[in-house]
Parts: sequence; structure tokens; C-alpha cells
Amino acid sequence: MNLISARKLIFEYVRRDKNGDVDGFSRAIDEVDLEISRGDFVAILGPNGSGKSTLAKHLNSLLFPTEGTVFVDGWDTTDAEKIWDIRKSVGMVFQNPENQMIGTIVEEDVAFGPENMGIEPENIKERVKESLTMVEMYDHRKTSPSKLSGGQKQRVAIAGVLAMHPKCIVLDEPTAMLDPVGREEVIRAIRGLNDVENITIILITHNMEEAVFADKIYVMNEGHIVMSGTPKEVFSRVDELRENRLNVPEVTLLAHELAKAGLNIPPGILTRKELCNCLCRS
Amino acid sequence: MIREITLGQYYPADSVLHRLDPRVKLFGTLLYVISLFLFQSFTGYIVATVFLASLIAISHVPVKFMFRGLKAIFILLIFTAVLNMFLTPGRELVSFWKITITIEGLRFAAFMILRLTYLITGSSIMTLTTTPSNLTDGLEKSMRWMNILKVPVHEIAMMMSIALTFIPVLLEETDRIIKAQQARGADFESGNLIHRIRALVPILVPLFVSAFRRANDLALAMESRCYRGGEGRTKMRPLRYERRDIIAYLVLALYIACIITVGILF
Amino acid sequence: MSILVNHLDHIYNPGTVFEVKALSDVSFSVDEGEYIGLVGHTGSGKSTLAAHLNGLMKPTGGGIYYNGVDIASEGYNLKELRGHIGLVFQYPEHQLFEEDVFTDVCFGPKNLGLSRTEVEMRAYDALKAVGIDDDHFYVSPFDLSGGEKRRVAIAGVLAMKPEVLILDEPCAGLDPAGRDEILAVADELHDSLGITIILISHSMDDLARHVKRILVMNDGKLVMDGTAREVFSHREELEAMGLAVPEVTAVLADLKKAGIPVRDDLITVEEAAKEILRVFGR
Repeated sequence: MNLISARKLIFEYVRRDKNGDVDGFSRAIDEVDLEISRGDFVAILGPNGSGKSTLAKHLNSLLFPTEGTVFVDGWDTTDAEKIWDIRKSVGMVFQNPENQMIGTIVEEDVAFGPENMGIEPENIKERVKESLTMVEMYDHRKTSPSKLSGGQKQRVAIAGVLAMHPKCIVLDEPTAMLDPVGREEVIRAIRGLNDVENITIILITHNMEEAVFADKIYVMNEGHIVMSGTPKEVFSRVDELRENRLNVPEVTLLAHELAKAGLNIPPGILTRKELCNCLCRS
Repeated sequence: MIREITLGQYYPADSVLHRLDPRVKLFGTLLYVISLFLFQSFTGYIVATVFLASLIAISHVPVKFMFRGLKAIFILLIFTAVLNMFLTPGRELVSFWKITITIEGLRFAAFMILRLTYLITGSSIMTLTTTPSNLTDGLEKSMRWMNILKVPVHEIAMMMSIALTFIPVLLEETDRIIKAQQARGADFESGNLIHRIRALVPILVPLFVSAFRRANDLALAMESRCYRGGEGRTKMRPLRYERRDIIAYLVLALYIACIITVGILF
Repeated sequence: MSILVNHLDHIYNPGTVFEVKALSDVSFSVDEGEYIGLVGHTGSGKSTLAAHLNGLMKPTGGGIYYNGVDIASEGYNLKELRGHIGLVFQYPEHQLFEEDVFTDVCFGPKNLGLSRTEVEMRAYDALKAVGIDDDHFYVSPFDLSGGEKRRVAIAGVLAMKPEVLILDEPCAGLDPAGRDEILAVADELHDSLGITIILISHSMDDLARHVKRILVMNDGKLVMDGTAREVFSHREELEAMGLAVPEVTAVLADLKKAGIPVRDDLITVEEAAKEILRVFGR
């Protein structure tokens, strides 16, 4: 059975006019089906306002479907009795690292989750150490988060989720507010968790370069899933992505232009190396 | 300028004071503050000064930090002193126009300045050597008996801890907003009072919007990390009294004994 | 119009243990109609430099001359300067505060003490220049989409009719289409209105496509100043500073290394595609 499966998921919210009266309903998510298996690295791409963050919040019972169902590890996310199990299984990392820090010291922040779960002090210490080591932040355990760079803060946030021993981590645009160095750090940490610890990753982003590493990409727009497939498949459909306010990585774009001009280059080139090898052979 | 407010700021260092149980420090600060109002003689202040000075010495916090907190209340300090100086009846020292300075007033003003200075410095020592979360832990644990009175102790402690974490973040944000509005030609320094108050709107609205956005984000982050109130929560480092805490209590008792002796003798 | 930055220094907390040299001996000049990119990793001093150009910070050494006059001199009208050199902060939409879009944009010109008609005309022009339609003028700025908010905020500075516009990461957090829209606005302001643009950005690909000249900051020093092509020819030095060259420039360099005789000083996808096709005889 899949770790996460959403069936015909619909989410509507109330729209209000200036006087606060109900004006109608807006559909943020419209009949979305999603299947994510254990150990997968899934990227959900979509422009601003496409509903991808709303979708993410359904995966750990922060929001509940208006219609349809979401199952996490076999549990219905609307099952009030399982809500804490679900939140334990699916950890969330948000966009703004500043707004998710609860402790005044790195290790206190990481301990917050396990403390809420009622874990024994000795065990918490172990978990904190292990999680901070995984994201290479153990040396900073006594530092105040305000002294850290954006990339470091975001890695602490990831450690905070890891300490809850989740099966899956959902990252909602974790790099949107970071500089390229911070981005690189976070993406490296995420890939490490997926490769080494085999933790399921759901990365929500509109940075195309980050989605290249995924096993599977879903593209959302206006509440629908409009495209899905491997990065190769998705990024070979350059024009379709553009229609959805997205783009492709620069290398893919260059390869696309070259292929259009008649060079023998297969669609969906994702990295510099691929393009180079391809050109050197021809 | 805003960043200079240090009250409630933690100074990371490794000292005995830093390692003390927050409950000891809370109780100690309380006793110390009360003691400041117990004596009426300068001799009492000698004891308090020795006590305060030794605390500063073992805290490993630069002295400069201790007194930074005073800057914020400087005006208040002067104001209280002046009021006391002029309004206390007693033997006349100097008199001009309708104002009379009395010897008692002068004495009282000096006491007031000393008391407030010692009070702020003393509480600064506590906040500078205790992380906000440790402090709230201490509060939560020592106030637990109030649960019987249906006081939501855990919630209050959590609120305090969040407020303390977000103060620096919001101060920085305020700084940024002020600069950004200045770049749009906003003027916060000239004009009459009403003008100046109105000039605050472009700062306050964005600040509130941002605070609400942050609060919303934080609530989501806490919920998704399984936060559901204080019940069933454990601690990574539960508060437990150690030998040094017992010793600290003894030192406190000694201090109080000194103060009382001084109070009786002088 | 001319800006001359002459041996500019800025030291935070001078004489204390917290002393930080944010800017050190920075000298350059900006002429009318230039389109400049300003890059550097986080903390390299680029935002501090921008604040100085706008008179928000005072130099601790050296000076800035606008049209030949030292802006730090006694009695210099900084408010007027801010009308001439506009600065748009990161996430400028966070500074919106008025009840409707139009009133918010009026805030800047009103502060300049202009007549009401002039203020409104400028606000109108500015909103038009960033592509906001009339039917959006009287809605609350908080009801707009992310990209629209950003454009309204830019209009708020634009309405002061600056001769120079400094944009501090105007694309941060926007989706690819939103980024393109903002950069198109910047191009338009430069090309049609003749505004001198200084664009602070982390995206080398964006800079390669839009700016003519690039200033590179590192540790508070100005380390490179030249045309985009010149600057991007220093790949190793840039990488040592935690920066990169545009993806396509890197592709060309890889190809050259692999023995394909391509020029490696090209910086946009179009140029690179043309060059590769030339070599492959298409």
C-alpha cells in the first residue's frame, strides 16, 4: 500500500466580500489524485497560488478535504483519533525558517517535537543529536537560531522534524527565501535523507533546478494536477510548462533550442553533463 | 537604535550562574528585589553592592551588557529622582521661586536611583544568564500550584517563551519597515505630535500584518510538530535541583540574613 | 545624472568587539541610463551599499556624490535624494499599508510635498508602468496576488519619479512567470523611461539576460566591475566567492574542455545555442 494516497481530493474555502458576507466558494484543490510510495522523492511544481501549499497541508491533517479522501499510511486524515500519529508520520517544513523556530537555542528547537510526543528525556537527547548530525548542524547545537544563516536555519527546521522519526517529510518551498548557497545546503540535506535514510520526500517548489533530482514530478495549476511523470518526461514538455507559468532549467532550455534547430538531442536533458556527453557523441 | 534594548536578552556563556536552576534564579531575584526596599540606610546598600558585584563577577557577562538595560529607563530614572527631590517635605536645602529642595528629598532621590538601578541590573543578571525557555520552564514549574486556581500556567509560560523568541525578530522587522518607508520619503522626525503619531501608521500596519502572518505560520508549525498543550509533554532537560542549587539557596539565605542584621543594627 | 561612490567605508559598531567592516573602500560611478547588476553572497555588503545610495545609512569613511554633491554633507536634503534615487527593498509588498492600491502608491510622492494633482498623476503613471489595470486601483493591496502586490510596491517607489531605481532582489519568492514579468517591467522602465536601473540579484541567468554591467561584492569589497561578459569570464574567481556563472556559460566551458571548439564567453541561451549550432555546422 502506498504511504500517501489522495483520491478525488477537493478543497473549497469561503470567499467573503468587503462586508465579510459569504460571497461564494473558491476551489483551491479540484479533484486531485495523488499516489506516493515509500522512499520516493516527489516534487510538486506549480506557480504561486496553484494550490500546492494547500495540498501539502492536507497531508498531515492541518487541513481537511471538503470532498474526497486523503490516506496517510492507511489512516484517513480526518480520523480525529489518528491525527497525532499522522502528524508524527508526516513532518512539515515551511517556507520561512524564522517563523517555525520555537526554541531559543538550536537543540531546544529540535527537541520541541519529541517533547510534545511525550518521549523520555534520555531518548530525546539521542534523537536531537542524531537529527542534527544528519543535517550537519550538530556543531551549532548550542547556538541561537538568530545567529544562523537562512540555509542553516532551514536545516535546523528539518532536524526538528527528523527528531520525530517521520516516514515522510513535506517541504513547502523550503528554499524560496534562501540565497543560492543556502539552497544548495538544504537540497543536499534533503537528498541525503532520501538516499541514505530512505525517508519519503515531498518537495514543493517553483524552482525547476531543484525538481531535477526527484523520482517523480507533479505539476499543479489552478487546483488541478496538470502534468506528471519523471523529470525527464515533464521537462521535455517545455511549452506546456510555460503555459503553466513555469519554466525549465536553463540547460534543458538550451538542449530544447538545439533540438529544435535540428541537432540530434533527445528531449528532457536535465544536467550539464548529459548535454555535454550528448553533444560530444554527435 | 531599537536593537539596543537588552532587557530580556540572553548572553550565552558558561558560568555557575548560567547553570543554576532557573527556579533558584527566579526566587533569588524576587528576594533580592524585596531586599532593596527593606532597608533605609546606605549601609544596607553596601551589602547589596557586594552581593550584586560578586554576581556580576561570576556571571562571565561583560559589565557593559548589564548596564545597557539602564539606558532604556534612563528618562524614567531621572523623572522619578527629580519628582522625589522636589516633592518630599523636610528640611529646606535650597529654595528658589516655588521650588524647594529638601535634604530628605535629596536623600530619597538618591535612594530611588540606587534602588531602580540595582533592581534593573539585578533582573538583567537573571535574564542575561537564563535562556528564555529555561526561564519560562522555571516559571511554569514554580507556578504549577496555581493550576488549582484554574490558572493556565503552561499556556502562559508558552506565550512568554514565544514572545521572547519573537521580540528580536519583530524588532529587526520594525527596523526594516522604517527604512523602507523612509526610502519612500516618510519622515518620522519632524512635525508636531499629531503629525508624528500619524507618521507611525505606515510602520504599524505592516508590522501588525507581519506579526499576524508570523503567528499564523508559527501556529501551523507547532501543530504539525504535534503540539497540543502541556499535557503529556516531556522535557529534554527536566528541571532538577543539583548541589549547586542547594548551595545557591544557602547563599541567598546568608544574604537575607545580612540584610536583616544590617537593618536592625543600623 | 551621475553617482560617484568614492572610497566608501562602513563599519558597524566601530571600536567595539562587535566591529564589522560591512563596506571597505568601495569606489565606482554610475552614469545616466545604465543597467547594472549587483551581485554577492549574503552578507557581502550589497544591501548595505544600496542603503547608502539611498541615504539611509551614513558612511563611516569616504563618500557618495550625487550630481557632484556629497549626500552626507550637512543640510543635504535626503528626502529629495530619495525621490531621485529610488530604493525598492526585498519583499517590498510587506510595506504596503493603505486601504487601497492607489492611495498606497500616492504615499511616496505625497511625502515629497507635491500638489495633489501631481501626486495622483504620478501614482497613475507609476501603476500603469508596472502593468496594474484601473480596476485594481481601489482594491485593498492585501487582496492582490503575490506578483501584483510586488508590482504595486515597486510603483510606490516609481511614483517618486526616480532617475535611478535600485531593486533589491525584486524576484524573490515569485514563480518563473512572475519573475519574467517583474524583469520585463525593469527592462521597460530602463528602455522607455530611461531610468537607470541597479538590479540586486542572486540569479546569474537573469542578470546575463538583462543587465549590461555587473558589480561583484565580496566581504564588503567591490571585487569586480565590468560588462556581464567580462565578469562571467572569471568563473573560478566567482565560484571561490560562492557565486556562479550562468548555466549556459558553464555548458560552453565544459564543451570546450571536452575538445569542441566553442567560444565560452557567451552568457545567454540564445547566444549559446547559436554558437553550438555554428560549430556543428547548422
